Amino acid sequence: MRALTWHGKHDVRVEEVPDPRILNPRDAIIEVTSTAICGSDLHLYDAVIPGMQAGDILGHEFMGRVVETGPGSTLRVGQRVVVPFTISCGACFFCRKGQFSACDNSNPVETQAATEPLYGHAMSGLFGYSHLTGGYPGGQADYVRVPFSDVGPIVVPDGVADEDVLFLSDILPTGWMAAENAQIEPGDSVAVWGCGPVGLFSVQAALLMGAGQVIAIDHHPNRLALARDLGAKVIDYRHSHVLDALMELTGGIGPDAVIDAVGMESHGFAPDNLLDSARQKMLPGADRAHALRMALLAVRKGGRVSIPGVYGGFASQFPLGALMQKGLQIRTGQTHVQGYTRPLLQRILEGQIDTTFLISHRLPLEDAAEGYRNFHGNQNEWTKVVLKPGQAPAPRR
Amino acid sequence: MTKRHAELTVTAGAAALTIAIGLWMWKRAAGPRRSDDAPGRTARRRDFGGYQVVGRTVTIAAPRSRIYAQWRDPALLNRILGDALAVRQDGTEGFGWTVALPAGEVEIQTRLVEDREDEALAWRSVEDAEIEVEAKVQLRDAPAGRGTEVEAHVAWRPRWGAAGRWAAHLGGTDPETLCSQALKRLKMLLETGEIATSGQGRTL
Repeated sequence: MRALTWHGKHDVRVEEVPDPRILNPRDAIIEVTSTAICGSDLHLYDAVIPGMQAGDILGHEFMGRVVETGPGSTLRVGQRVVVPFTISCGACFFCRKGQFSACDNSNPVETQAATEPLYGHAMSGLFGYSHLTGGYPGGQADYVRVPFSDVGPIVVPDGVADEDVLFLSDILPTGWMAAENAQIEPGDSVAVWGCGPVGLFSVQAALLMGAGQVIAIDHHPNRLALARDLGAKVIDYRHSHVLDALMELTGGIGPDAVIDAVGMESHGFAPDNLLDSARQKMLPGADRAHALRMALLAVRKGGRVSIPGVYGGFASQFPLGALMQKGLQIRTGQTHVQGYTRPLLQRILEGQIDTTFLISHRLPLEDAAEGYRNFHGNQNEWTKVVLKPGQAPAPRR
Repeated sequence: MTKRHAELTVTAGAAALTIAIGLWMWKRAAGPRRSDDAPGRTARRRDFGGYQVVGRTVTIAAPRSRIYAQWRDPALLNRILGDALAVRQDGTEGFGWTVALPAGEVEIQTRLVEDREDEALAWRSVEDAEIEVEAKVQLRDAPAGRGTEVEAHVAWRPRWGAAGRWAAHLGGTDPETLCSQALKRLKMLLETGEIATSGQGRTL
């Protein structure tokens, strides 16, 4: 089959690789019909996440049709499913508590040792996201093996288009959980750093949860325009002082809740970010935490901090004083996707949530490398790339 | 202050510091071990009279009887031991363990020295065994309906002392790694019915 494979910094290729096989009783094989490039795939593309190996298949946002099942799978051949990016057994202590992304049993024993010293505990398995999370082949491919297929995949009705439900795999639940973690109360002011897909979905979710105003921060005009279309006020950090603007827009109180939807590769011409960039070039596991620092300074005293943005290692100059002295609460984590797919599918089917506004480009799988290049290099116009393995490649001139 | 005077002051200061550090280390080593509730194998000191003691506890959402049965039956046990370790039963009490060490395979003959149903199992190497070792598994009910706490620990005398221990550690065949990986596989198998694999066969 064809798959998008990683070979190093800014080097991804579509290659012929062996087809996946059923390896465990609860597995299923899915023929991928749509798969997206995630903002967090760019951290792999930029080679700032450790534990990648040449030839790894990327992709953790995908859906498709079931073509083969193991004896323990509850899926049937032919069913259309969306697959969560988190691999969860459904039976361990964490899964039973609904903390699916903390699953104890999905990261193979051999790769658990990599994150134990780093984080104190082993991480759960994720699709296509380095050998720290199991080294599972991802879904930017013709076919993908899905472990624990009786727990993760959600069956979608045939009448619904792929693009209406594809983002249940990651970014829609991630944006939703980010807003939940902000513990929004009616009338709250919520500030969101980053108008990428997760930031935009958390803008949408925060408004649905009753926020009085949502203020979105970015520097790409097109992405800010998408946030404004959803009903947010926007701040372009290249034009305005973000902290001052947030204070002025919240009557001198500060936002009640802040959401960092940027993560470890923060942009912006600021002294701390220049220092972070230098550290990140020299040290493995150095995070660029400019957005999070800003968020901690901006949030009101006693406010709430939600971090859906991905961090992998260590931040310097972390404003621990602001965190303690202002009495802030932080909630974060990889998304417990399996807990959100059903209620969010319902909201999509009822027309409460539209996710398709995000998609800027649709490409055949063959052109996936070009998709990465543009999603990375032209973030203003390339807001979301959906790859279609079944679509014929465009004729080459 | 003359140059000579300054040199003398520095030398005297360094001597005083050396004595202070020496006294502190002597007091620390000679003083009575403060008792706490931490398991012995978590002590900073890892060497107990030439023995290394390692171990690990996991909580498994399964009753004690299922976990006991898994440890007691060599066929079931081999499913969780991984590629570097295998066990076979010789007679009623004899158990032979094959360990793939970096220097080659080693066979360790042991005897089952403790067998309390649903509670504990222990194996001890026979007198002329290649490596002196004792391994024990203990089962107790976990709090709040979380299942069973499975504690496994291994006391062993590494061949070639510390060098042998490090060689085994780097090769991933030290008892600590083997023990913790076996417990994780046991947990996967009993909680999910399978042992997770990415199908890549590669590790970090």
